[in-house]
Amino acid sequence: MSALLEVEDLSVEFATDDGMVSAVDGVTLSAKAGEILGIVGESGSGKSVLISAILRLVRPPGRIVSGRLRFEGNDLLALPEAELEAIRGARIALVPQTPRTSLNPLMTVGRQVERLLRLHRGMDKRAAREAAIAMLERVRIPDPKRRAGQYAHELSGGMCQRVMIAMALATEPRLLLADEPTTGLDVSIGARILELLRQLGEESGAAIILVTHDLGVVAQTCHRVAVMHAGQLSELAGVDELFERPLHPYTRALVRSIPRIDQQIALQPIAGAVPSLVNVRSGCRYVRRCPDALAACRRQRPPLIAAANGRRVACHAVEQSNVVR
Amino acid sequence: MSVVAQDVADDRDDDAIVAPTARWRRAARWLRRNPVSAAAIVVIGLLVFIAVFAPVLEPYKPDVPDPMAVLKPPSWAHPLGTDGFGRDVLSRIIDATTLDLSIALAATLVALSIGMVVGALSGYRGGWVDLIVLRLVDVLMAFPAFVLAMGITAALGNSIANVAIALSMTQLPAYIRLVRGEMLRVRTLEYAEAAVSIGNPSWRVALVHLLPNCLPPLTVQATLAMGYAVLTMASLSFIGLGIAPPQSEWGSMTADGATYMSTGEWWLFVFPGVAIVVTVLAFNLVGDALRDLLDPRLRGTR
Repeated sequence: MSALLEVEDLSVEFATDDGMVSAVDGVTLSAKAGEILGIVGESGSGKSVLISAILRLVRPPGRIVSGRLRFEGNDLLALPEAELEAIRGARIALVPQTPRTSLNPLMTVGRQVERLLRLHRGMDKRAAREAAIAMLERVRIPDPKRRAGQYAHELSGGMCQRVMIAMALATEPRLLLADEPTTGLDVSIGARILELLRQLGEESGAAIILVTHDLGVVAQTCHRVAVMHAGQLSELAGVDELFERPLHPYTRALVRSIPRIDQQIALQPIAGAVPSLVNVRSGCRYVRRCPDALAACRRQRPPLIAAANGRRVACHAVEQSNVVR
Repeated sequence: MSVVAQDVADDRDDDAIVAPTARWRRAARWLRRNPVSAAAIVVIGLLVFIAVFAPVLEPYKPDVPDPMAVLKPPSWAHPLGTDGFGRDVLSRIIDATTLDLSIALAATLVALSIGMVVGALSGYRGGWVDLIVLRLVDVLMAFPAFVLAMGITAALGNSIANVAIALSMTQLPAYIRLVRGEMLRVRTLEYAEAAVSIGNPSWRVALVHLLPNCLPPLTVQATLAMGYAVLTMASLSFIGLGIAPPQSEWGSMTADGATYMSTGEWWLFVFPGVAIVVTVLAFNLVGDALRDLLDPRLRGTR
C-alpha cells in the first residue's frame, strides 16, 4: 500500500543571530491512510517544526532547505501557494497545541467551524451552520447548539480542543496533524481527547500524525512511532516492537525513563540535554549522551538503515552489532 | 444532584427563552451603573435627532435676516437671542448641527475605512509595503493636525467636500498606526496561524480574521476623532478657512460672536461654543463607554 504522505530527507533551518539552527535534519518518514503515526522526542527535538514544515508553514527566519514532501501524489514543496491553500484545512488539517488561543476570540466557535466549511466546501450559510452543529455533536460536545453560540473564553480547555478537532475533521481531511493536542489539558480530559481522535481517525480512515513527548500516549494511541532527537530521526518502528525491543540507544533510554508501577526499579533519566542545534557539525547528534558511542559517530552521521518488520534505525552501533540483519 | 439539575434548567432557560431580553436587561444594568456614559449617549442621540429633523425643529429660517430683531438678548421669542443680522441663534445652531455632524461623520468613516485596510495590510504583510506606508504616515504626522487641515483647505478651497477631505486626512495616520500596531500583535497569535493552517489566503487572514480583533481601540479612536473633527472644523471656520458664510456653522458663529465680546452680546459666542463643547465631550465619553462594551472579555463582568 502506497503512503499518503511521504517525507523524504526533509531539512529545516532557522537563520539566527548566533548562526544557522538546524531544527529538522534529513528526516524521512511516511504515513499511511488509517494509521496513527506518533512522533516522540524531547522538547526541542524538532517535532513541531516538522509538523509546520509538512503544511509548508515554517515562518521566516525558518526555511525548508532541502527534501521532498509528497502528499496524495502532489509535491507540496513545488506547489504554488494558492493550491496549497486549498489543501490546508481541507486535505491536511492541524489540531494545535493550544486550543483556546488558536480560536478567534471575537467569533463564536460555531461561526468559526461554519467559516471553514464555507471556505473549503462552498456551503451556503444555512447548510454550513447545520453541518457545523453536526460536527460539534460528532466530537461529543453536549448541547452543541448552545455551545456553537459561545466564544472560546466561555469554553473549557477540553471543550476548545474538541472544537479544534471538529474544525480539523469538518472537511474530512486525509491527513490530520495533531501537535501535542493534550498538552494544555489535564490527564483525564487529555485521555478522552486522544480516544476521540483515535475513534474519529478510525471512522474517517484518515492518517493521523500525533506529536507528543509522552510515551504513555504513544503506547495507548499510535500504531507506529518515529523517535526524534535534536532534529534527526533516530528510529521508526511499530509501537509494540519499539517498546519491547528499542534498538536505538536514545529510544532505549526513553523507554527506560518511563516510570513503571509494576516494577521496583529506579527511574533512569537520560543524561544531558538536547544539544544546541546552532552550527552543528557532522556526525550523530546523540553522540555526547550516548553510552554506545563509537569513533564513527563523531565523524559521520549514521544513515537510516532498514531492520526487521519495516523498522528503520539510524545508529552506527546498532549497524555494527548486526542485530539488524 | 438536584442542585446540578437546577443549574442545567437555569442555563437552558436563560439561553433558549429569554436571551434577547436578558441582553437588554444587561445593557440597562450597565447604563444604570454608568450614568455619565448614559447621559453622553443620550446627548449624542439628541444631537443626531436634531441633525436629522433640523428643518422641522428650527423656529425661524436660519439664514433669513430680520431687521426688526437685531442683536436681541435671549427672550421667549428668541430663546438664544439674535445676531447682528437679526437671525435667530437657536435656529442657526440647530441648522449647523446637521452640517457639523455629517461632515465629521463622513470624514471619520472615510478615514476609518482607508486606515483600516491600509493599516491591516501594512501590518500583516510587513516588508517594503509596511515601510512605504509608514513613511507616508510619518509625512502626514509631521504636520500638526490643524496645520494639515488648514493647508488642505487652503490648497483645495473651502467647500464642504474639501473640509471633509482635510478632516479625514488629519485622522488617517492615527488609524493606520493603530491598526498596524494591533496587527503586529495579533498576527503572531496562535489563531492567526490557525487561520493560515486551515487554508485561508493571506489577505483573508488579515482582513477577515484578524482585522476585527484590531478594532476595539479603533472604535475609541474613531469616537474621539468625531469630537475632534467637530472641533477642527469649527476652528477652521473660526479662522475663515472652513465653511463659507452664510451657511451656519458652529465655529463661524463663534467667530462672528467673538467680535461682539467687548460690547456684551455674550449669547452670540457662548451658545455655539456650548454646542461645540457638549458635542466634543459627549463623543469623548461615549468613546470610553464603547471600549468597555465592545471587548467581549469584559462582557458579563462587572
